[in-house]
Amino acid sequence: MNEMTPTREERVANLKGMGCARKRVEDARFTQGKGNYVDDVKLPGMLFGDFVRSPHAHARVKSINTEAALALPGVVAVLTAKDLEPLGLHWMPTLAGDKQMVLADGKVLFQGQEVAYVVAEDRYIAADAIELVEVEYEDLPVITDPFKALEEGATVLREDLEGQTEGAHGPRRHPNHIFLWEQGDKAATEEVIAGAEVVAEEMIYYHRTHPCPLETCGCVASMDKINGKLTLWGTFQAPHVVRTVASLLSGIAEHNIRVISPDIGGGFGNKVGVYPGYVCSIVASIVTGKPVKWVEDRMENLMATAFARDYWMQGKIAATKEGKITGLWCHTTADHGAFDACADPTKFPAGFFHICTGSYDIPVAWVGVDGVYTNKAPGGVAYRCSFRVTEAAYFIERMIEVLALRLGMDAAELRRINFIRKDQFPYHSALGWEYDSGDYHTAWDKALKAVDYEGLRREQAERLEAFKRGETRKLMGIGLSFFTEIVGAGPVKNCDILGMGMFDSCEIRIHPTGSAIARLGTISQGQGHATTFAQILASETGIPADMITIEEGDTDTAPYGLGTYGSRSTPVAGAATALAGRKIRAKAQMIAAYLLEVHDNDLEWDVDRFVVKGAPERFKTMAEIAYASYNQAIPGLEPGLEAVSYYDPPNMTYPFGAYICVMDIDVDTGEAAIRQFYALDDCGTRINPMVIEGQVHGGLTEALAIAMGQEIAYDEMGNVKTATLMDFFIPTAWETPNYTTDWTETPSPHHPIGAKGVGESPNVGGVPAFSNAVHDAFRTFGLTQAHMPHDHWRIWKVASDLGLHG
Amino acid sequence: MSKMHLKLKVNGQEVETLAEPRELLIHVLREKLDITGPHIGCETSHCGACTVDMDGKSVKSCTVFAAQAQGAQITTIEGIANPEGMHVLQEMFREHHGLQCGFCTPGMITRAWRLLQENPNPTEEEVRFGMSGNLCRCTGYQNIVKAVLAAASEMNSAKEAAE
Amino acid sequence: MIPPAFDYHRPESLDAALKLLGAHGDEARVLAGGHSLIPMMKLRMAEFAHLIDLQAIEDLRDIAVGDTIRIGAMTTQAELLDHAGLAEAAPILSEAAMQIADPQVRYMGTIGGNVANGDPGNDMPGLMQCLDATYTLAGPDGTRDVSARDFYEAAYMTAREDDEILVAISFPRHAPGYAYEKQKRKIGDYATAAAAVLIEAEGGKVKSASVAMTNLSDVPVYSEGAGAALLGTACDAAALDAAVIAMLGDIDPMEDNRGPVAFKQHVAGVILRRAIERAWKRA
Repeated sequence: MNEMTPTREERVANLKGMGCARKRVEDARFTQGKGNYVDDVKLPGMLFGDFVRSPHAHARVKSINTEAALALPGVVAVLTAKDLEPLGLHWMPTLAGDKQMVLADGKVLFQGQEVAYVVAEDRYIAADAIELVEVEYEDLPVITDPFKALEEGATVLREDLEGQTEGAHGPRRHPNHIFLWEQGDKAATEEVIAGAEVVAEEMIYYHRTHPCPLETCGCVASMDKINGKLTLWGTFQAPHVVRTVASLLSGIAEHNIRVISPDIGGGFGNKVGVYPGYVCSIVASIVTGKPVKWVEDRMENLMATAFARDYWMQGKIAATKEGKITGLWCHTTADHGAFDACADPTKFPAGFFHICTGSYDIPVAWVGVDGVYTNKAPGGVAYRCSFRVTEAAYFIERMIEVLALRLGMDAAELRRINFIRKDQFPYHSALGWEYDSGDYHTAWDKALKAVDYEGLRREQAERLEAFKRGETRKLMGIGLSFFTEIVGAGPVKNCDILGMGMFDSCEIRIHPTGSAIARLGTISQGQGHATTFAQILASETGIPADMITIEEGDTDTAPYGLGTYGSRSTPVAGAATALAGRKIRAKAQMIAAYLLEVHDNDLEWDVDRFVVKGAPERFKTMAEIAYASYNQAIPGLEPGLEAVSYYDPPNMTYPFGAYICVMDIDVDTGEAAIRQFYALDDCGTRINPMVIEGQVHGGLTEALAIAMGQEIAYDEMGNVKTATLMDFFIPTAWETPNYTTDWTETPSPHHPIGAKGVGESPNVGGVPAFSNAVHDAFRTFGLTQAHMPHDHWRIWKVASDLGLHG
Repeated sequence: MSKMHLKLKVNGQEVETLAEPRELLIHVLREKLDITGPHIGCETSHCGACTVDMDGKSVKSCTVFAAQAQGAQITTIEGIANPEGMHVLQEMFREHHGLQCGFCTPGMITRAWRLLQENPNPTEEEVRFGMSGNLCRCTGYQNIVKAVLAAASEMNSAKEAAE
Repeated sequence: MIPPAFDYHRPESLDAALKLLGAHGDEARVLAGGHSLIPMMKLRMAEFAHLIDLQAIEDLRDIAVGDTIRIGAMTTQAELLDHAGLAEAAPILSEAAMQIADPQVRYMGTIGGNVANGDPGNDMPGLMQCLDATYTLAGPDGTRDVSARDFYEAAYMTAREDDEILVAISFPRHAPGYAYEKQKRKIGDYATAAAAVLIEAEGGKVKSASVAMTNLSDVPVYSEGAGAALLGTACDAAALDAAVIAMLGDIDPMEDNRGPVAFKQHVAGVILRRAIERAWKRA
């Protein structure tokens, strides 16, 4: 070795592989304004589409007059349901087995519903034309309360389903009923509850909110009539699924459709679904022969595309006097809005809500979820969450607190004595899941110690005394949350979207000079895939991450995959990437053996090369092997060095974490100041700690928003009250605290690199931490449950109802 | 409505275009001048994704008529890098992971660029307050604040070294 | 969100602006910073055939600080905050301006626009009533002065005639005891409740006091009774109670996303107490 020969440590560092805080390769262009988002796509002759939307929540559409709009210079077309009907496109199937109007067909069912689609030469003309479309409505009774929707004699919302007693997920018992979905043993659970020493019961509401990425949804559809090719750029979290759906809907053969997700300005679940804007833009491009762009504005985004949550969860939890939980019962009334457009795996109409036994060893449980139609926007997407896991985590973490109150026990201790023990993994839950791994006690103890939990409780007690003496008007709340996520959907045997199994994929080509390109079926929306997937490959193949291009989002070039949502990219596509890398390495080993004239088995892998066992001076680096694969005829081997892997996960992954929030609450104004937030995450093997920390900061801030003020609220007439960013709460840097992050590392036993996914954990675990802090502040005054969001007036109301205003 | 002959100085270049008076500055920049760094996020002057610098002020270009900008000097994210490479702010956003999806980033950096000219040595609180007209959905701001503070410190050291 | 079309005018003198306004009547609207008007137009809740942009009229940007303070209507919130003389002579103005909107909006938003458009959510009108400011309106027949306390008639309805332009705001140097207290949901929000308080003390007692409240009625609320309740007191508990009771009689909040009426009344009381306590400490 001479001085120029890198040491092993230097070679490892040079890879920038897994575990290092590699700086992001995306950032040079984003920081210089060179991102390429859908609204940046500009094509010659491009037209703009815009919607006439319903101001009413429920009304019959008596007539639509488009004459004046069509007469406006620059208007090219105005589409209504009548124009789409001959194509069979006035309705479209939803991901949840329901169907949804593309444009109002005889009636409207929510405020903001798409009624007509105007196509014009620019967005200003389109906006003017919208004002000129005359729609005559006849108001119908509005239902915004899912419980009222199920009352006998309630107005029938979905007349198109009249007489259909069987839905996509079983019997419908009322015209406004969508499904009842059950898991677990109801009779056994009810028996345990009836005989339990202690039962706590509570209605927990997780309010309606919205993912609200900073970039709204949009697309550009361009039909090339000469070649018969449709190209569709759009804000798609699942571009390949969009291609399949577009083909099935339009009748255009799938090979003639190219879907491109360019840079995406945040998704958070908002960009999973298929929206009328996409369908209308495609039709408009086919009709006009020109590219058509549609980008919704913020009000349209909040009013019409993909809400989240809106679950009314009635819970009962049974325990012994000592606090050992013996059973859990939950009946949920799920408000799905006008159409069931939830983006869940097909067989799971309530998503993975049955992870609601949480981190606890609960012997018996039952959940039932009734899906209900109301005059609200459709959606029910997983907002930074894996299919209703946020609702489940919030439910169990509130029920634990309610039970602790009932028992008069410390809530941290109650959690500890009910945690699934490390030696119980893999753990089969009462609701049918197999938790792959976990070490909850270690994480919990670390978290409690880090915040000096006992010290905080002492301080809280002192504060309470001072409050009672009239020395302060601020109460202190300590919010505990221990969550178990279920992500990485999922095994093809039970997880699909519209029949497409939820595998994912990676295809790698090593170039002759030893650099590489890898393409995946996922699509980054800020997660930094171009950075982190290259790190996985670097560790697996010995090619430095800086020499690997990662490409996603173009269905003409990327392998088929189900996309990025539900924290599935790392657990599924990350596994495919590692396995594709291992295929490369396996072939490389054969090439190296040939070059070194030894048997395959005589070689061992060392960072970036194969070395002859016992002869460290004899080796071939990956770069040398790559070159050889292109320039040497190797007997029995095809030229080139490529691999593809389609990964069907054997199980979900189960990240977990312990979050603690400390809050000071002004009982007079209802203001809550977050003093401290500690977040411990265990996401298994850590690929890039910097990116993980960033994901946690962001997810916690979304959790802060949801818990403390963010909601999609309706009045009784079905008007959306929170349709701008004045009223839809997104905290600024001023309202957002600094977070302390921490970790433990319990690798997933079934994942090739042991990674579990992290993007959604902070939202799933964060919301209960914030909410429990609010509840905890008022605990000693007898508060058991106060519904979110905990904005100023609602906190004030809690204090007022507890008699704290004198 | 008749169009106006609009003259602006954008990122140091004199530019001319025709626009209706009602056209918003963000649309003129993005669609007429192909300056697509500033983005459209909320359209009601709350999110700051469209932030540009106009005559020495950070403004939300979704809430400025093109006509109001007649004759103005405008700097966008595209005009912030130095000829020799990225601006310190851009480097520090990368260094401290101050961005994820990148959609708010041009507005954030353009705002921070003005903030540091007005207050070259801000406290964390001043950065949080001074950046409070810009929303980010991804980062939780912690690393953005870190990046701006680090940039301030780098710029101050560079200035001291030059003196 | 696309605004309707209009003709744009950028007069370089007040006379030219008044002539344009006179010529186009209620089809015209003056444009200051635009951060109230433009969103309204984008939501198509406001439409005008003509917009008269006042940005080129330099006279409307003057700030004069003497015994009386006179601020040109086109002075932005950022300029108010940057003005050293103002910070010394009228610190309550800076304290309030810091709590308006966000940095970008403060660069564009003007004091004239804030007080003249009659939006009950705006902070400056209440503050101006507290300061007993005078608005100078220019019209076709010259100028006239209107007291801020008489200016507001209802939401978006003011004493300004269609052919008049608000050109300046004047008020005397204020008492040493001052506070602008505002509760809001987040940066950029209007007040849930806000209170402007000025107190002059003499011999440990309140010699004069002025109180005004924001976003608690369809107009800003100058509460004469609240000020009177403090006179001659040492701002003790009884005086605070009396001031709050008087103020509550003057406000008329409406329920909105910030909360129900009872909450707003309660918060109004809390905010006023805090403002008085802070002002008294400074007095």
